[in-house]
Amino acid sequence: MTTTATTTTTAATTTATATATTATLGRALNEGLRQAMRDDERVVLLGEDIASLGGVFRVTDGLADEFGDRVVDTPLAESGIVGTAIGLALRGYRPVCEIQFDGFVYPAFDQIVSQLAKMRARSRGLLRLPVTIRIPVGGGIGAVEHHSESNEAYFCHTAGLRVVACGHPQDAYDMLRAAIACDDPVIFYEPKRRYWDRAEVDLARPVDGDTLGRARILREGTDATVVAYGPTVAVALGVAEVAATEGRSLEVLDLRSLSPLDTTELCRSASKTGRVVVVHEAPVNVGLGAEIAATVMEHCFYDLEAPVERVGGYNIPYPPARAEGDYLPDLDRVLDAVDRVCAP
Amino acid sequence: MSTDPAPAAARADDVLRLVDPAGTLDERAAAGMLDVTGELVRGLYRDMVLGRRFDQEAYSLQRQGELGLWLMSLGQEAAQAGSIRALRADDRVFPSYREHVAALCRGISPTELLSQWRGASHGSWDPERYHFHIYSLVLATQTLHAVGYAMGVRYDAADSVVLTYFGDGASSQGDASEALNWAAVTSAPIVFFCQNNGWAISTPASKQYAGPLSGRAKGFGLDAVSVDGNDVLAVHAATRAMVERVRAGGPPGLIEAHTYRMSGHSTSDDPKRYRDHAELARWEAHDPVERVRLLLTARGWADEDYFATVASDAEELATRTRGECRALPEPSLSDTFRNTLCEETEALRREREGFETYLESFL
Repeated sequence: MTTTATTTTTAATTTATATATTATLGRALNEGLRQAMRDDERVVLLGEDIASLGGVFRVTDGLADEFGDRVVDTPLAESGIVGTAIGLALRGYRPVCEIQFDGFVYPAFDQIVSQLAKMRARSRGLLRLPVTIRIPVGGGIGAVEHHSESNEAYFCHTAGLRVVACGHPQDAYDMLRAAIACDDPVIFYEPKRRYWDRAEVDLARPVDGDTLGRARILREGTDATVVAYGPTVAVALGVAEVAATEGRSLEVLDLRSLSPLDTTELCRSASKTGRVVVVHEAPVNVGLGAEIAATVMEHCFYDLEAPVERVGGYNIPYPPARAEGDYLPDLDRVLDAVDRVCAP
Repeated sequence: MSTDPAPAAARADDVLRLVDPAGTLDERAAAGMLDVTGELVRGLYRDMVLGRRFDQEAYSLQRQGELGLWLMSLGQEAAQAGSIRALRADDRVFPSYREHVAALCRGISPTELLSQWRGASHGSWDPERYHFHIYSLVLATQTLHAVGYAMGVRYDAADSVVLTYFGDGASSQGDASEALNWAAVTSAPIVFFCQNNGWAISTPASKQYAGPLSGRAKGFGLDAVSVDGNDVLAVHAATRAMVERVRAGGPPGLIEAHTYRMSGHSTSDDPKRYRDHAELARWEAHDPVERVRLLLTARGWADEDYFATVASDAEELATRTRGECRALPEPSLSDTFRNTLCEETEALRREREGFETYLESFL
């Protein structure tokens, strides 16, 4: 592997030496990629416009300066990005693909669900496919069509893939490094309207494989559990804040891993509060919320005080940007659902 | 409109042919390309005869209900044996799903080859052991895997070459075009080997594309040649030359081998519905095995004893194939749970244990 090692002076890398810093979610991802590439020279990045431009969201900013041809500006061909990543993985590399926008992943659908996901089982466990596919997901940034979709249900439905979504900067850093270190294919969702959210990030944290499969309680509560992931984590925390002023104690569960689901943590919280509201951006129809509601019903039936409520997108194509405010689950819609599950 | 484009293409002037259907070697054309020795031709002949006999046995096994499906390679023996024997053992192959002759040449056993079609696995051999990837059933997907693998070879500064097989039907898939383009752009050390067997199930190559595949490859920036795919020496010479150019740092290449699938697409197919007997008869006169037998005889490179030995080896392979096929172990669903991810997750473990408990309830 030949690399072009140069001293980088871009804004994205000036904080690389500090261990705890304030960073945006986008920057945390950038640092996560950088650290993973420093730790393992077999990590290579593939994507459209990711080298000199640093990606359309600048998540790979400055990495080509440090890692040279390990950051590959690919032809504009999503099936090719995933297909060649599979070949690189078979050769012993750990490719990290960037799909430019959620709605552009469909040309790669066969390579993901029929090839990447199945090859390990097909080879009876002989092959490992350590491929991470980063997908900026969701709406809320006023984008044009095909740039605001939530397609996690397609991939969660496919055995052989791990599907995760980060919701805030520290998780972005930790989960991305864990995804790259994982020997299984990982669909890694990045909530694009949270790229600019800022928080303390500890860059000295070692890779922890458990980060990938575990849900986490972000706020303890007793009256109801709000389950969220990715872009809706912040919505759920906001809801809990407002509910608290109204005397209601909400627990917020960040799923983090969408497939497999951390049913242990989910059911523990559901049993504790007896009331659950699931919040996601994807259409509610056959969405992940249905799986969560069914899981809770199956395992916590006798602890439930109300039916599980789902708040998400409607069963329509993602709307034009000026209507997305009505489409995305917001504070009021979630609070209404909380009111319903908490009704005596 | 002709639905039989391959014979015409195989006769065209720019299509490399070294041995004609009468077994006559074009010495001038072969000179400088290949050291045509008795040993080389005998070896290729044996590969083809064994491959054909194996294919025939698998076909019979399917008809007797021992295999769920079989995809015949009858007629494509020269394209496969000639090309695979041009590679080094460490050159990596990404096949489609009809490369049984090439697989046998790589040492893959009849059991490993039949397992998938018997329904005992979805891919049963170790790709690392044979440097031969498991079959790909969705057309052309493997061409991209091959390009990625070749990029890795380049990263490693290794001097092995990647060869991927695909067909005329697969060439219409977007993945094939992406792979050709990608390989050219990255200068990946790869050779695309198209077995143009004239038909994609019932669709003739003439309805598949209008311009020759070799021309398309050149348009993407690849080196490309056309060969008579039923001429094992032409295929061997062209592949050797292409592989060595790529190994030496030349641009990636494509070989279009004009051949003919003399059987149906699969055992579920009825080729009589879409092609006539005259076409098959024309191609039988181009039989890839027969012309090598004629060459060997004419040159005195093989006698009746040799042919008898090869035939007997082929019968032995067929007997072994039959026995081993029936002895293939039944697959275990529990193993699939364990092999879905590298580490069985808690969710998978719970589901597997539930399944196993259910099974045990019948004991």
